[in-house]
Amino acid sequence: MPVEQIADGRKVWQKRNRREQLTHWASWFAGVAVFVYCWQQISESTTWFFVWDAPRIAGDILTRATPPKWFYINELWEPIWDTLNIATLGTLLALCLAVPTAFLAARNTTPSTMIIRPIALLIIVSTRSINSLIWALLLIAIIGPGVFAGVLAIAIRSIGFCAKLLYEAIEEIDQKQVEAITATGASRWQVMAYGIVPQIMPAFAGVAVFRWDINIRESTVLGLVGAGGIGLQLSASLNVLAWPQVSLILIVILLAVILSEWVSAKVRGAII
Amino acid sequence: MTTALDTRLGQPWRKPPFIKRVWLRWSVAAGAVLYLIAAIASIEVNWSRVYEGLDRGAAFIMSFTRPDFISRAGDIWDGMLESLIMTVAASVVGILISIPIGLGAARNIAPLPVYLVCRSIVALSRALQEIIVAILLVAIFGFGPLAGFLTLSFATIGFLSKLLAEDIEAMDRVQAEAIRATGAGWMQWINYGVQPQVMPRLIGLSMYRVDINFRESAILGLVGAGGIGATLNTAFDRYEFDTAAAILMLIIGIVMVLEYLSGIIRARVQ
Amino acid sequence: MHWAPPVSFPCPSERKENALLLSLKSLTKTYRTGDKALVSVSLDIPKGQVVALIGPSGAGKSTLIRCINRLVEPTEGQVLLDSVDITELSSSGLRRERRRMGMIFQEYALVERLTVMENVLSGRLGYVGFWRSFLRKYPQSDVDEAFRLLDRVGLLAMADKRADELSGGQRQRVGICRALIQNPSLLLVDEPTASLDPKTSRQIMRLICELCEERGLAAIINIHDVALAQMFVQRVIGLQSGSVRFDGPPTALTPDVLTEIYGEEDWQATIRKDDEEDAEAAVA
Repeated sequence: MPVEQIADGRKVWQKRNRREQLTHWASWFAGVAVFVYCWQQISESTTWFFVWDAPRIAGDILTRATPPKWFYINELWEPIWDTLNIATLGTLLALCLAVPTAFLAARNTTPSTMIIRPIALLIIVSTRSINSLIWALLLIAIIGPGVFAGVLAIAIRSIGFCAKLLYEAIEEIDQKQVEAITATGASRWQVMAYGIVPQIMPAFAGVAVFRWDINIRESTVLGLVGAGGIGLQLSASLNVLAWPQVSLILIVILLAVILSEWVSAKVRGAII
Repeated sequence: MTTALDTRLGQPWRKPPFIKRVWLRWSVAAGAVLYLIAAIASIEVNWSRVYEGLDRGAAFIMSFTRPDFISRAGDIWDGMLESLIMTVAASVVGILISIPIGLGAARNIAPLPVYLVCRSIVALSRALQEIIVAILLVAIFGFGPLAGFLTLSFATIGFLSKLLAEDIEAMDRVQAEAIRATGAGWMQWINYGVQPQVMPRLIGLSMYRVDINFRESAILGLVGAGGIGATLNTAFDRYEFDTAAAILMLIIGIVMVLEYLSGIIRARVQ
Repeated sequence: MHWAPPVSFPCPSERKENALLLSLKSLTKTYRTGDKALVSVSLDIPKGQVVALIGPSGAGKSTLIRCINRLVEPTEGQVLLDSVDITELSSSGLRRERRRMGMIFQEYALVERLTVMENVLSGRLGYVGFWRSFLRKYPQSDVDEAFRLLDRVGLLAMADKRADELSGGQRQRVGICRALIQNPSLLLVDEPTASLDPKTSRQIMRLICELCEERGLAAIINIHDVALAQMFVQRVIGLQSGSVRFDGPPTALTPDVLTEIYGEEDWQATIRKDDEEDAEAAVA
């Protein structure tokens, strides 16, 4: 196919034949056109005067933000504790809800593929698609601001994430081990406890730690919408343009993120 | 053999514990319990407020049965379009920039100084939460989608470069060496020896990143960086749950479409 | 005569009791794709008899075994175990009858991440309640029996090792213990030696047959190694395209019969030749 015979009988080798080449170039052209359109739209709604002024503003903010207001840290201990709790309790709650959802969603364990599996998949996709900040906004509108709303927001956002990875792990288990346990005369629950659960334990532990790491990051900003944690201080400091406080908070957040990544890497290494 | 059996018969059997050392096992368990108690105790829940909220919660869930796309159709349309525009532009730019940085962050093909610079860019981008970057960029560049676009591009670089670099570091040496042995130059070597090995995964990850970028673009509006987030925030503030439900359904729908598309594309490149 | 009849290894010795244990009545399995895996198979197996089931891959050996304990639902026909019709049972009745049928698998099918002891005790799942099994609080009699069985197959020292730390032969021994602790009257054995080397294969086959002898168990053994089957069993059943083509003592397996089961091939090499292999077997 890629070798073509041209008029004088010679053979020419090309990577693609003519049709493929045409569609190839057409799709590139369409892609570039879409990108140019998008760029134009962004450019239209931008005040370029500010952009040209940006280096000066950035420099200005930087001089205001340094040095960080170190002793402000004494007011941050409690928000840091709250942030840790939001992430940890949120992850635990999410796991409690994600495990049954995953079993209902996995093709080999769901009680009914026609009704229950689609519902479980819908729960997974809808909780996963919506960012925890939006969940927090919603929960604050419903139950009021505070750490509790943050825990719930993190938990809801994490259900879909954890359940998706878990149900994929469940669908990949070795079916022969399940068959062997079934053949002993074990009940449905026993088959689950002996045939399936041991096989997905490593995946479960990995998912839990991985998601906890992500949740530490997310819980640092939940306060921006009023859902507790260190983000509350960040938003308060931003509102009064207290840049030295902002820079300290950013340093704390950065440290928390690095620390949580280190912890999760250690724990994952120990489990697997 | 039989004596070994005799000593075990009649003895109770227990599953060997996960943590062998007794004191460590107990201190881990006790620590976990104490932490949980302290953590739960420190959460103040205003139950009467929660109870009052249940009605609103029910109202919100009910509003999914009658989402209101109409009364704020203009705002929703503009916000969604802006989100999509930011997603596309940021994904293209982010992917283009993350390729050279990913090459630079792979220890087996980049010289040490380049490696260190690229790795620190990656580390910085991954450590900074999108929304914090957006706040800073809004402060610097002013409100609007440009800040959102830059935020998403920056986040894309951290995500893709790291995975690309890991992929390159894990690639098959023999294939790459075979190309080098033909006397190919550096660019040719990358093009023939490295690219074919990492391309399918790069495309898959890029599609996944497009998906993430769209989801993130929905919250950037909360801090004034453009997109549907601002409309959504307003809807929640005014308790217009019907409109909020409509927006959330659109987001979920678009994410599902993007996942479906990326599934098709990934299946085709592999 | 170019073919010497094999010296049958006296596995379960000639038994007097010929009471019927298992009876299959025109058992048929048609898969949803329309493939006929079993076509009206009828068999009677008396107590304590060890039967080898031979046939090419895809002949329905595996399906036949799985239809007996209904890991695969048969389409038609009856499976009578001590006159109880397995195919009619409700799920709780089925679980009760499954306890009487121990199963040993190709590639062991141990739960890899559990310990050897847990794998053996999992054979008692049909007898203990959920919480007891979940908390691993088995009755002392079960624990003792597990120790005895592990000692019998020479793996007592491995009791608290994880199953994936064991070699292939050791894992299959654990699989055998798991089947025996059920206190079954019938063993269903699916290609027990498929992933083992020739020496270990013989050891495993011998172990299974010895244990059947000791406990008076009947067994149906799926096996593709004809020579190995002839060495150990009293009766061979040949399956082809889902129906029985041969049923008789191993001595009656002639090249003609094998051609009928497997198709045209030179069978001289396959059928056991002479005594040198016997000598080898004795050493092993």
